[in-house]
Amino acid sequence: MEKELKLFSKTHEWVELLDGGRALVGLSSYAVEQLGSIVFVNLPMKGDTVQAEQSFGDVESVKAVSEMISPLTGTVVKVNEAVFDEPGLLNEDPYNTWLLEIDDIKNQEELLTYSQYQSLIGKS
Amino acid sequence: MEKKTPLYQWHVEHQGLMVPYAGYLLPVQYQDIIIEHMQVRTKAGLFDISHMGRIDILGNEAEEYVNYLCTNQIQGMKDGQIKYGLLCNDEGGVLDDVLVYRKSKQHFYMVVNASNREKIVKHCIKQNSYGVSITDVSSETAALALQGPNAKIILNSVIQEDEIPLKYYTFLEHIKIDGITCDISKTGYTGEEGFEIICAKDQIEHLWKLLLMKGEAYGLIVCGLGARDTLRLEAAMPLYGHELSENITPLEAGLTKYIAFEKKDFIGKTALLKQKIIKTRVGIKVLERGIVRENCTLMYEDREVGHTTSGTFLPYIKGAYAMAYVELKHSLIGSKLIVNVRNRQLQCEVCSLPFYKKGD
Repeated sequence: MEKELKLFSKTHEWVELLDGGRALVGLSSYAVEQLGSIVFVNLPMKGDTVQAEQSFGDVESVKAVSEMISPLTGTVVKVNEAVFDEPGLLNEDPYNTWLLEIDDIKNQEELLTYSQYQSLIGKS
Repeated sequence: MEKKTPLYQWHVEHQGLMVPYAGYLLPVQYQDIIIEHMQVRTKAGLFDISHMGRIDILGNEAEEYVNYLCTNQIQGMKDGQIKYGLLCNDEGGVLDDVLVYRKSKQHFYMVVNASNREKIVKHCIKQNSYGVSITDVSSETAALALQGPNAKIILNSVIQEDEIPLKYYTFLEHIKIDGITCDISKTGYTGEEGFEIICAKDQIEHLWKLLLMKGEAYGLIVCGLGARDTLRLEAAMPLYGHELSENITPLEAGLTKYIAFEKKDFIGKTALLKQKIIKTRVGIKVLERGIVRENCTLMYEDREVGHTTSGTFLPYIKGAYAMAYVELKHSLIGSKLIVNVRNRQLQCEVCSLPFYKKGD
């Protein structure tokens, strides 16, 4: 999954649109670098709904807790349970470590392309 | 406006992530808290601890004075010995936890928490009816901590074996490291073997660089406040402002062995003798997925019975743990409690302290 094909929120989540109107949500490499080694992730359950621009869970490193903000509104159809056992996957490979798969997408906040996101975080 | 230690520029130039702490700008980490923590447990780490307060006490009655100030037994300490102790107020509340160094019967040295330095200097002056001279030497000196199983061999690469303090809680004065005059103590805040070195502020950078160069072969890396906090937490050492405050007594904190009740008098003695203990410091092990930090309430059957004072994921023992104050009847090891973490309730249990002990 190439990062250039993903869309980004200003709060550092990525979205990858899948066939059939579904989408994967994860965290940008900038977000995980800022957090440091991630030791815990709290996610909604399958069947829960998430709201655009609202918190959908927490991600915790040794030093801090950070809320994750949903880039879109919809229903959680899959949760990546691998990150419960190995939260460090988010640090190792943030663009291949999705957190949620969302369906019934109703609306989404204005998302940025990879290059727009890079300039937002001052890396272009 | 935060103060800077003499190593500030070095930290910034070496990717130290600078944060305000106790009135100073200090690095919370250089690369990663977990990496730095693990390196101290397995090899060695170097910390800038120049922010700590250092107070010199000199006078004919210095021993009597420090003995009155501090809960621990100061009388009869040997030259070159160090003791941990508490400074209490009249109510028995903890003003600070300190290290007392005896240079001679007339000359003591106290290392105090940075956040309490001004308060403690004032307290020391106020309580001085012993005619001693009290000098805050914090800003003209600097200090570093060299910690970990390789600390001694690294130190031995810059000084002779007989210039290294042998026993835990002892120190040697006026040791020359590459021409720099240092006081070296076998102390630390990590639960590992290690040393703390004090020298003049304009010489610390040279000492710091020298140790890093010599220590490289032994895995020495620089460590920030983040790892300092997780290391002390794993070793269950109290941190002022968390496990200790003016509203907590040493008895509640489980520090009774540092109170010498047999002494004729010391500040707080009357109150401590009278105190009825209703809460005590315990270790908490989280039994479900989740991280517990400070200020989480602990519940037993829907009733609040305590709160956490520090907590996070502990990197070496690999789990979520916290220190907490709980009512006595829930303080037994194995007591099951519920901890509130924001919108979640997690099962946890009281466990023994320290979480980590060297050699485990």
